[in-house]
Amino acid sequence: MNNSVNSLSTEELSAIDEELEHAPYRSAVAIDALKIVQSHRGWVSDSSIKEIANYLEMSSEELDSIATFYNLIFRRPVGENVILFCDSVSCWIRGCAKLEKHINKTLGITRGQTTEDDKFTLVPVPCLGACDKAPVMMVGDSLHENLTEESINRILEDAAVKGKER
Amino acid sequence: MITTPLTKNVHEDRRVVLVEDYEANGGYQGARKSITQMTPSECLQVIKDSNLRGRGGAGFPTGMKWSFVPMDNVSPGHKYLVCNADEMEPGTFKDRLLMECDPHQLIEGMICGSYTIQADIAYIFLRGEYVKAAETLSQAIKECYAKGYLGRSIMGTNYSLDLYLHTSAGRYICGEETALINSLEGKRANPRAKPPFPQVSGLWGRPTIVNNVETLCNISHILDHGPEWFQELGIGEDAGTKMYGVSGNVQNPGCWELPIGTTIREILEVHAGGMLPGYSFRGLLPGGGSTDFLVEEHLDLAMDYGTIGKAGSRMGTGTMIILDDKTCPVGMVKNLIDFFAHESCGFCTPCRDGLPQTAHILQDMSSGKGESRDIENLERLVKFIGSIGNTHCALAPGAMEPLQSAMKYFPEDFERHAKGKKCNYCETD
Repeated sequence: MNNSVNSLSTEELSAIDEELEHAPYRSAVAIDALKIVQSHRGWVSDSSIKEIANYLEMSSEELDSIATFYNLIFRRPVGENVILFCDSVSCWIRGCAKLEKHINKTLGITRGQTTEDDKFTLVPVPCLGACDKAPVMMVGDSLHENLTEESINRILEDAAVKGKER
Repeated sequence: MITTPLTKNVHEDRRVVLVEDYEANGGYQGARKSITQMTPSECLQVIKDSNLRGRGGAGFPTGMKWSFVPMDNVSPGHKYLVCNADEMEPGTFKDRLLMECDPHQLIEGMICGSYTIQADIAYIFLRGEYVKAAETLSQAIKECYAKGYLGRSIMGTNYSLDLYLHTSAGRYICGEETALINSLEGKRANPRAKPPFPQVSGLWGRPTIVNNVETLCNISHILDHGPEWFQELGIGEDAGTKMYGVSGNVQNPGCWELPIGTTIREILEVHAGGMLPGYSFRGLLPGGGSTDFLVEEHLDLAMDYGTIGKAGSRMGTGTMIILDDKTCPVGMVKNLIDFFAHESCGFCTPCRDGLPQTAHILQDMSSGKGESRDIENLERLVKFIGSIGNTHCALAPGAMEPLQSAMKYFPEDFERHAKGKKCNYCETD
């Protein structure tokens, strides 16, 4: 996660160009471009905002207003694995509040925080659409269902060893 | 006679249906029939005659929605069909199944729909967290281009269609169709003022239809088997099947394709197996987090748009959330209002400021700091925020639905909390 590199890489630019091929104007791919840069760097820094905005011929203020609107765009550094913890109604009925406290205790972080070893960031997420298997959460790209304190321990241990998913 | 068109191909282990199997089981016949043998207006008539209503929650007749798209060539340019695959309504988990398990069914429905409104570009707006659905859909789109179901001159005709998958960057409000359009344009997902309606001026100012996943999955089957077949699938006044779901403390939570109009009791007791031992039923939200509670007296009602509407709620997404006797209705509503307050786009004041105020009162009530004026204040907030016309879109009025009905059906719980009492089932921090 070297964020001192400002300029967009060749891979990032070619992925953005691919989106531009079917866009009626450049700023139309703003969200795609933010996602592309985040997938390479883990998050979107101030300098990335400037670089992307320049490339899409829009102001960095406008792009930042978009970046900060969407909860899956991270404007601060995050850990290797982002935990998307579902706290919506079906998971709540099935006891997710207690499980979130368990994560807080196990990892020593609350919502929006990253562990000191940069392994995990915990953020809440709207209903993950797996309510028949509640409670659920995602770690990286993987969905974990029917959570218990024991299964959470196992999932976090595995993810800490494996490092970043994908 | 096919009785479960949407899930007939779905494997028990939920592995994806391969294109070969999809085709062998009648797949792409609906698209072939419509594109090679029918005119767009004939297709539209079939969908109108079928009485298909939107499965995303509002229940608007699909054929009527499509009929608002201008079909003349007075203003040449693109027309768009957009699939709303931004499933995020709390308690809703039906579209995930349809996309992960049988992606070609959705794409075929989109081809048929696009042909009907003569759209030349289609998008699937998929929520970013649906990683597996993104994989199955991307693969299916590639296969369709290779087989000539997408791209130039589809099935040897002069009809052409490009289909793109857009994975979103989050936010519940993207499910509102004009917010979704803004998001597809690369903007913040604030809903737009209507009129103009998207059917006339939508994506990049061009005619655009936005339909839910389940709605679009029905299209090819209706075109293949006819409107009469579709109408006969339903039990009551509505046509077709419905993906019903149950979550909460029940024996067998899940999602099933059943005739539309199946009773709540059958869904809850037969398919979901009734309550878990030690829990008894108190109420339910019939179709996601923004629908009004129903209670015991409503269990024998048919789950269709009209019947649930007459009972004071909405069928919504058809995926019900069960309230049991060990879950506090005040706490449950607090969870929902927290969600809606968090997901407000911030554009209009009643939603941006009113929902956090509501959440604040419910927080105090559920943590034992309730006061006698709380109920009156909640009632006033429901009146102001809940009236259509006071807000820019339906998010905040939707948020008021579970609150107003919980206060009506479970007054004793609200009164207990308003006396500053703690509750055995509410979190106390």
